[in-house]
Amino acid sequence: MAEGNNHKAPILEIRALCKQFGGLRAVNNFDLSISNGELVGLIGPNGAGKTTVFNMVTGLYEPTSGQVLFQGEDITGLEPYEITTLGIGRTFQNIRLFPNLSVLDNVRIAYHPHAGYSLVDGLLRNGQFTGRERELTEQAQDFLAIFHLEKIQNELAKNLPYGEQRRVEIARALATSPRLLLLDEPAAGMNPGEIVQLMELIHFIRDRFNLTILLIEHQMRVVMGICEWITVMDFGEVIARGSPKEISENQRVIEAYLGKGAANVA
Amino acid sequence: MELGFLFGSIIKISGILAYLYGLLRLMGHPNKWVKIASIVVAFAIIQAALSIQIGSFVVFNDFDRGLLFQACAMTMVVMGLNLIYGFNGQFSLGQWGFYGLGAYAAADVTYRWVNGDTRGLVVLGVGVILGGLVIWGIGSWLRRYRRMPVLSAFTLYFVGTLIAAFLAVQAGRLLNPFISAGLGTDTAPGPLNTPFVQQIIFFLAVIFAGVFAAEVSFLFGLPVLSLGSDYFGIATLGFAIVVNVLMVNSDTILPFPEMKGGRGMIGVPQLTTWFTAFLFMILIIIIMRNLIYSSTGRAIISVREDETAAKAMGINVANYKLMAFVIGSFFAGIGGAIYAHYIGFLSPGTFTFLVGFNPLIIVVFGGLGSMSGSIVASFGWIFFLEGLLRVALGQLGTEAPQWRYVLYPVTLLLLMLIRPQGLLGTTEWGFLRAPEVKVREQVEAAPATVTPSAGD
Repeated sequence: MAEGNNHKAPILEIRALCKQFGGLRAVNNFDLSISNGELVGLIGPNGAGKTTVFNMVTGLYEPTSGQVLFQGEDITGLEPYEITTLGIGRTFQNIRLFPNLSVLDNVRIAYHPHAGYSLVDGLLRNGQFTGRERELTEQAQDFLAIFHLEKIQNELAKNLPYGEQRRVEIARALATSPRLLLLDEPAAGMNPGEIVQLMELIHFIRDRFNLTILLIEHQMRVVMGICEWITVMDFGEVIARGSPKEISENQRVIEAYLGKGAANVA
Repeated sequence: MELGFLFGSIIKISGILAYLYGLLRLMGHPNKWVKIASIVVAFAIIQAALSIQIGSFVVFNDFDRGLLFQACAMTMVVMGLNLIYGFNGQFSLGQWGFYGLGAYAAADVTYRWVNGDTRGLVVLGVGVILGGLVIWGIGSWLRRYRRMPVLSAFTLYFVGTLIAAFLAVQAGRLLNPFISAGLGTDTAPGPLNTPFVQQIIFFLAVIFAGVFAAEVSFLFGLPVLSLGSDYFGIATLGFAIVVNVLMVNSDTILPFPEMKGGRGMIGVPQLTTWFTAFLFMILIIIIMRNLIYSSTGRAIISVREDETAAKAMGINVANYKLMAFVIGSFFAGIGGAIYAHYIGFLSPGTFTFLVGFNPLIIVVFGGLGSMSGSIVASFGWIFFLEGLLRVALGQLGTEAPQWRYVLYPVTLLLLMLIRPQGLLGTTEWGFLRAPEVKVREQVEAAPATVTPSAGD
């Protein structure tokens, strides 16, 4: 991926991140560093605080303490839309498409921060508007074509089958032109066949868009299959880090996450 | 009720609906000149219907004429509410308040003008322009400070607009003697009080009234829009009530003796012509359509669809809520100004919050998120319920008009049971339809294994 001295510079660095909900410490002293171009997994049992970490990185929650650095810049406490514009895209655990809009509009909304024309241009429908609108529509259609969704561009998002909704959501996140993509349980609710496709898709988009990917996943098969590094959380704390092989042999992970006697899972 | 009258009314309503449909279809024609021609022809048709009189036969009698203007004004208000509630998803009960603000503001300008006082125009004009500059200036200055608490920002804006208002009043006091010399007296109107000049003043008053309503909605919406949707609805209801109370007391706690408080403002010059009503209605329809089918419009709709996802798409949700609210109130202010100058008499009773539910009912009736639905429902509502039923129920005696308040909810209940998505759902007609995007030839795609058919 990135060459030269850029190679080891972390694109995302999380330092001692904490989040307190009332008396509950959802995330405690969470550290994570991701280098450019890596594919990193974040796993852990239900309620371990994985999604909370995502929400703090993307600005939906404000951390109680700690720091998030993106490309060396402190983004802690920025508004979500600012963080997206800086280059962090995400998908959601429970798909959050715009249900009553067409697939094409779902993707076109992601271009809004770079629309390149103002409200007045839009109201007057001048050359700037028509030119930019055509460009961004074509870009959005290119994205849909990559994900084989171009035939259903005019369908309402809510009418799509589950798997296609997932793909639209990923396409939409990519359309915000991120450098770092956060995928929250992309394989949730998928059957084994779909999971194989998804794993190929994730590899493909990383190489095609030169992305760094951080993904939360429940299915060990996905995580072990595609992640280069894995961080394991339990009760808001990191209990292990390492390569998939190290993680699958880590006794603490097996006990905390997989339960005793489940060592044959990977 | 005579059957002939009933029949005639039904013909008129279907005629109006066919007219609206045809207009929207023709405006949707790809050729620019066909569009312009269709607007001109549409204007001319009604203008002819209003002015032609053969013997004692008229197509639109005075009553219908009133309904027509009322329907135009209602269309503007409902379009604005549809933007706020239907497209942006913010449940607002304050639309009627902004309608009232626009009506009173514009009426005050023209009333004073024809009575030899130019302060109305100068104060409102200078006020909204200065206020706009102040809001714009403070806005661009604040953009450099992230995370300014919303109440601090509000205080800044509020103080800024108060200063602007003070300056406007001073400007009015200074300029009045110079301009009013040209107005003449009641008996000998000066060169600035000819019908033509009055129309220009009216035109300015309408626009200033719209901007005034928009600026007030900005100041009100800034702190209030950060509340959740339900709380926002209650706060806007409060706003509508405050505006109404101010109207009732406009001659005592506010310095506007000509508004005559609860007795109502009489003698507002009846300057609304079919030309102005139609012009502003068409302008608002065009603005709405261009807004909705632009990137800004998509951002506004995305806020309704899913706020969290909109944020993750890089959309400044608070910003777009405020924008939709301000534009919607702008439309309401213009509608109010048109209404005031058609009816000639403004009573606070017209602007109570109870009547304020009408736009809400109409917007739901027409279909949330359907612009065509808003237009059709506004015209249908005014002509059917206000017109036909007022006359039909008039046979029932003096309490009969009260029956409307039984009939409205029952109509609404039936509609909600039979067609919960509203009359037109999300259907749009002709001009208001989303521009079609053709499926493009495939340029590049993920490897075949990523296709849905592949895998196992």
